[in-house]
Amino acid sequence: MATPIPESVEAVLDLLTKGKYVADRSLATALFLALKLNRPLFLEGEAGVGKTEIAKVLADSLGRRLIRLQCYEGLDISSAVYEWNYSLQMIDIRISEATGDRDRKRIEEGIFSERFLIKRPLLQALEPDISGLAPVLLIDELDRTDEPFEAFLLEVLSDFQITIPEIGTITAETPPIVVVTSNRTREIHDAIKRRCFYFWVDYPDSKRELEILNIKAPDAGENLSRQVVAFVQKLRDKDLFKLPGVSETIDWTNALVQLDKIDLDPETVNASLGVLLKYQDDIEKIRGSEAAAILDQVKAELAALHG
Amino acid sequence: MTDKALSPLDLLNQLEGSRLVANIMHFGRILRAAGLPVGTGKILDAVNAVCEIGIGNRTDFYWALHAVFVDRRDRHEMFDQAFHIFWRDPKIMERMMGIMLPQIDGAAPIEAEPPSRRIQDALSPKNDGDDDERERDEELEFDAAMTASARELLQEMDFEDMSADEIARAKAAIARMRLPLAEVVTRRFEPTTRHRRIDMRATLRAALRSGGGMIPLRFRDRRTRPPPLVILCDISGSMSRYTRMFIHFMHTLTNDRDRVHTFLFGTRLTNVTRYLRHKDIDVALAKVTDAVEDWSGGTRIGDSLRDFNMHWSRRVLGQGAVVILISDGLDRDAGRGLTEEMDRLHKSCRRLIWLNPLLRFEGFEPKSQGIRAILPRVDDFRPVHNLQSLGELIEALSRPPSRRREGMEEWLKAM
Repeated sequence: MATPIPESVEAVLDLLTKGKYVADRSLATALFLALKLNRPLFLEGEAGVGKTEIAKVLADSLGRRLIRLQCYEGLDISSAVYEWNYSLQMIDIRISEATGDRDRKRIEEGIFSERFLIKRPLLQALEPDISGLAPVLLIDELDRTDEPFEAFLLEVLSDFQITIPEIGTITAETPPIVVVTSNRTREIHDAIKRRCFYFWVDYPDSKRELEILNIKAPDAGENLSRQVVAFVQKLRDKDLFKLPGVSETIDWTNALVQLDKIDLDPETVNASLGVLLKYQDDIEKIRGSEAAAILDQVKAELAALHG
Repeated sequence: MTDKALSPLDLLNQLEGSRLVANIMHFGRILRAAGLPVGTGKILDAVNAVCEIGIGNRTDFYWALHAVFVDRRDRHEMFDQAFHIFWRDPKIMERMMGIMLPQIDGAAPIEAEPPSRRIQDALSPKNDGDDDERERDEELEFDAAMTASARELLQEMDFEDMSADEIARAKAAIARMRLPLAEVVTRRFEPTTRHRRIDMRATLRAALRSGGGMIPLRFRDRRTRPPPLVILCDISGSMSRYTRMFIHFMHTLTNDRDRVHTFLFGTRLTNVTRYLRHKDIDVALAKVTDAVEDWSGGTRIGDSLRDFNMHWSRRVLGQGAVVILISDGLDRDAGRGLTEEMDRLHKSCRRLIWLNPLLRFEGFEPKSQGIRAILPRVDDFRPVHNLQSLGELIEALSRPPSRRREGMEEWLKAM
């Protein structure tokens, strides 16, 4: 099951393609370097362009365990790294009391040992799985945490080690493959980025988006897929608050397939626009005449293209 | 990536390997001069990356260096230009030594558009101190050329003639000014002596200290911290009398706390956060003056807010930001598009406070269309025309409001 780390950019592209992820060569280059030089890969981009998916596909196609740390405001050591099992510790103290053991040093060493440690994602990621392979660690939406947690990550990301005051420093024997994602709701500190290879994940062009649709929504007919892609690409040129991402394109296509559509028509577009656009202002702007105009344009262009 | 470009493989055949390393270093240094944060560590990373990727494929070579040197999307352009100029012919830098700026365009092969000013500067030798004057002149011409099409009043604001007395008074007053915005409860904890939640970790450690016989309880409580602050300040002609005071005020706020973002707008929006972070007010002012192009011109509040909403709001309004809008509400576009943008802004922040210097006039009535568009969409509306009103503002902001739009009823009735 386990696949070795790819040795060239082409191999990375193959790997991603096998994992049903359509990637640019530029992304494959950054990913290759991250894998080869044991550095985290820092992916930034709008929501729904497939940042998280990269880590999933990577874990899947390399046959490794995926450990995901979803970030949120106030994420702290006890839920991200480790926590002591307090109830067990209390019981242990009571037992040593009952047996008359009053040696402070021995109790301390006893209850602050690995036996009482509850491992959270970051600490788990430092350990290889049963087959001895380092896992893929996905630190998702890092921009949602606050600065103190970011600062803590510095040690993990650069040296793949975690210091627990009571025990000491735990270092990964084989460093995990780390993917960090951010939606850029705030700027991540340069100190973090400096330790990573950076890549901005952009919206795909129409050729690539069509490839993605063919893989992710194979039930949609060629005609429908082409129309959907052309429509979404046109939408991305509009002045919208939130542009539709790739995941919206896939969702929309799947929705249209469920509605048994083989061809886009204005009514269906208006009715299903909520799958594509997530802000009421945007929907209002596009629904109706604007949508019809885009659709006409799309159909005219496709007709010209395919005679 | 033009066809006639020398591929890195050819390059390596022509040069020795060590030259490639040296060239990567020179390239890194050029990026650094252009303002990208490139340290020695990054250059080493780049060399390692190139070793791994090989130099058989120009695209891979490009993206390998990109992954190392670029760490923000907005730095991509800078990198792109520098890459294409430098790796077309790495000797270009040597040739450019001693060549003055205006000749670069002629000397370099045809570019689709002239490379950015920062790249040109980075590639050209450093000027001596006494060349500063000429450089500035060029920069002015450059600026003028860039915006010749825009119908904007490009007026450089002169901070020089601020009287010593004025500075002294402003500084004294501003030194007292802190904006103690009611702190927000975070999800993090800090130790406390009040009996809130038991801190098990601290408790167990304390228990061991006493030998395990007694377990003294330790407590913790939620930590509070000031919310992020975003200031949007109008610098149009009608506000010009106050602008200087406000910039001092914003400078103080920016240096007083973390997570402050400052934007100035007249006909366009400029993010001046980075400039205001300079501790020295004079340096900060000079940099702000250079960065902003629409001093004392007209106002397009709607367009500027739209720009903010589209490009910045999602990046700076996270984690419950408080927004302070400083404007007189007099809009050249008569409030066009303002309603929607104010609506969006109001919905995306924790609290929206409008500071309006016009409010100093007794019997101020919300008549102008801009004001009528803004007023129903703010949580607080206050005067800001002298030090006293700033003082009152600070007092008011330190009290946590019981709800949004508290105290706005009277204004809404007046409309």
